[in-house]
Amino acid sequence: MAIGIKDKVVIAGMGCSRFGERWGQGPDDLMVEAFEEALADAGLERDRIEAAWLGVFFDEQNTGKSSLPLSMALRLPNVPTTRVENLCATGTEALRGAVYAVAAGACDIALAMGVEKLKDTGFSGLPERTKGTFEDLYLPTSTAPGAFAQLASAYAGRYGYSIPDLKRAMAHVSCKSHENATRNPKAHLRNRITAQQVLDAPAISYPLGVLDCCGVSDGAACAIVTTPALARSLGLRDLVSVQALQLAPSNGVEMGHQSWDGSHTLTTPLAAARAYAEAGIRNPREQIDLIEVHDCFSITELVLMEDLGLSDDGRAPHDILDGRYDRDGRIPCQIDGGLKCFGHPIGATGLRMAYEIYLQLLGRAGDRQLRGQSGRGPSIGLTHNLGGIPNRNVASVSILGLLAA
Amino acid sequence: MNELGSILSCGAHVPRLRLQRSAIAAAMSWLSPPGRGNARGTRAVGNWDEDALTMGVEAARGCLAAAPRANGDDPDARRSEEIESLLFCSTTAPFADRDDAVMLSSALDLPPSVDTLNVGASLRAGTRGLITALHGGNRALVVASDARLTRAGSSQELTYGDGAAAVLVGPPADPALATVLATVSLGSDFVDHYRMSGESFDYALEERWIRDESLLKIVPLAVADVLLAAGVAAAEVRHFILPASHATSQRVALACQLSEARREQRVLLECGDAGAALPLLMLCGTLETAAAGDLVVMVGLGQGVDALLLRVGAGAAAFGRPLSDTLERKRDEPSYVRYLSHRGLLDVDFGMRSERDQRTAHTVAFRKAAALNAFKGGRCERCGTVQFPQARVCVNPECRATDTQVAHRLADSSGRIKSFTEDWQAYSARPPYSYGNVEFSEGGNLLMEFTDVEPGELKVNDAVRFVYRVKDDDRARGFRRYFWKASPA
Repeated sequence: MAIGIKDKVVIAGMGCSRFGERWGQGPDDLMVEAFEEALADAGLERDRIEAAWLGVFFDEQNTGKSSLPLSMALRLPNVPTTRVENLCATGTEALRGAVYAVAAGACDIALAMGVEKLKDTGFSGLPERTKGTFEDLYLPTSTAPGAFAQLASAYAGRYGYSIPDLKRAMAHVSCKSHENATRNPKAHLRNRITAQQVLDAPAISYPLGVLDCCGVSDGAACAIVTTPALARSLGLRDLVSVQALQLAPSNGVEMGHQSWDGSHTLTTPLAAARAYAEAGIRNPREQIDLIEVHDCFSITELVLMEDLGLSDDGRAPHDILDGRYDRDGRIPCQIDGGLKCFGHPIGATGLRMAYEIYLQLLGRAGDRQLRGQSGRGPSIGLTHNLGGIPNRNVASVSILGLLAA
Repeated sequence: MNELGSILSCGAHVPRLRLQRSAIAAAMSWLSPPGRGNARGTRAVGNWDEDALTMGVEAARGCLAAAPRANGDDPDARRSEEIESLLFCSTTAPFADRDDAVMLSSALDLPPSVDTLNVGASLRAGTRGLITALHGGNRALVVASDARLTRAGSSQELTYGDGAAAVLVGPPADPALATVLATVSLGSDFVDHYRMSGESFDYALEERWIRDESLLKIVPLAVADVLLAAGVAAAEVRHFILPASHATSQRVALACQLSEARREQRVLLECGDAGAALPLLMLCGTLETAAAGDLVVMVGLGQGVDALLLRVGAGAAAFGRPLSDTLERKRDEPSYVRYLSHRGLLDVDFGMRSERDQRTAHTVAFRKAAALNAFKGGRCERCGTVQFPQARVCVNPECRATDTQVAHRLADSSGRIKSFTEDWQAYSARPPYSYGNVEFSEGGNLLMEFTDVEPGELKVNDAVRFVYRVKDDDRARGFRRYFWKASPA
């Protein structure tokens, strides 16, 4: 039995560009912006990077294929680079590649970069794309909001909520993230909104309105990872280590088998259980101090609270309205604004989440720094991505924690 | 009396959407002097995803579902496997060179040995197909369907309608819905209207000239011939099917000495002139009300005349009401402008998402033809799990056996809505684009498009059936794709 990744790899430095409609910048500019910050944070020279992973999703209208856009934008010294793509879990996949390489001893210092330039699409929302040559012949040409909106009708049906009641909890999800993002200078959307504004917003995909949807943003985020020993030799004292990095992809059950009822993500509980086991977390509700989850839409965040084991089944709307996941709640969620307001440049998102956890654990989150229940500040954070759509997806869960000295 | 063959079953499909003719007249009232006539009733208009082929599939499915089995009581015998010939009769078949009848056959999951034939080029196509099938002596399915475009403001815009009918014929049998006693066909190159190849619209000539110089002359001739052939007097005829307006058919009936015969009138009033399908739709309506033993004269028109003499059989007593059912399954289309858009008569800006490239990988489409055309999934012979699409490895997480699946047709199953959305962001010719998870009654799940629903109508757990519809059009390459959608049961 493998013993897992826990505490084998630490973060030497991280960077994240400002997210938003970066009309004046291309993917290369965004990558350089994130990379400069990470290098300065780690106190490293560029040529210490021994291998790099690039995560980018919509290569067709963005960087193009391969890892070359990373190697060329950063003028890396011809070290091995690899491009990964796993839907919205792409950024976390880049991190997984770099972390595994260091854990394996293949290199001492590796870079994980995620980037997405969405605002060259020409219209709002995500670009149109093929689902596969056969799939295009029978699947609906669904959009992301339409595919995730399915969760709402199925969830309401399963637990007996009316859609208006469910929408009130969903509205709180969005309001909370907007509130959090007012403290984040890098966030795409930094305005406060009211629940009524969410409920009154123009329809996108029933029952989602435009304020139930995350920002479509440009941005890049990156991590430089290394071994604990090397990090200490670089003079880094407080270290954030990777305690778990787990992935659970669909195998077709949600799309084809009647056992899935459509009200939850099938994969998130699987990825979470593995991650909790890898990190040695027995009671996530007590042990995890903050979470960054894949709130592409308000209903997604709502069902994820149950899928991650943080709310009882059918109770997430109550917990949300009770403020359990607010900034001053028991488990603050999307303290940086989340996908909803920090923004969702797909390839960068998983690394953006890690960036926020990293800052919070090190007490460097500025105006939005959490003090924690004990006043000591948070020590364990979770990130979660759901790539794809509820019917077929890749769930990733990572757990980052302060490394014991 | 000689019997040519029997009519064993009938099916009808009139699209659910109906435009009030008064609404059309009102929208175009600026074009005409006040008091423009013909504004009574409704006109059936296909949804954006309906065409002559999809309507034909629906009519044929209804006809097959109601058909008696050829080999008696064997409950496992599939009616579709007993069909020997399939005729698709239309002047608006979607493909000019790709066998529409073979497409129809695949959608119905008929065996490849079925003898297929396309009949077109004249509104007489429906009755030509019926007569051809009757003389063939086979068990044959005749499907007539038309969805003709009409120019905004034209008189055809008020009188035409979309619709399809299917008639299953076979050798003389008892009991049958009806027995065909005689047929007569006369050709006449009379240009009452025409449409050249590649053109969108009919060019119609003066109605009074058509009535006086064509209909009043050749229809009585053909009717007299067909009655003579069977040794029947006009006074014995109880029903007269004539695809012409009420006023014209009154005059023609008089000339045929059939004034006393009942004439089916609902199709023209509620659906409109469905072209090649019109006489067959009228036959469906006639058989709903006829009694065993009634004699029926049925006429088809178009560069000549077809006349058939039928005697209603004992089977009519158990006949359903296919025409009434499809006419009653209706929804008012409140937007004349949306109808124009659906038929491509208005160039609407659907936004950049509609620019999506719909190129088809034909290698894939052929490889997966059973799934795409006949809506066949797989059923695992080890665990019984039904799934779409059929795959090498079973989707049941408790099974996952390899190469255990046999084809399983889902088209005639029912389903239940597990989740849904109405998507205003996705491109749809009729927003919102509605889709969701559907669970089949025998198990299995698929994310499917919904059709024939209005915003606010979908509900979790509602029952759906499956219909063959246009999936999308590849405008760049002039190609149309079809797939099955879920529709309220």
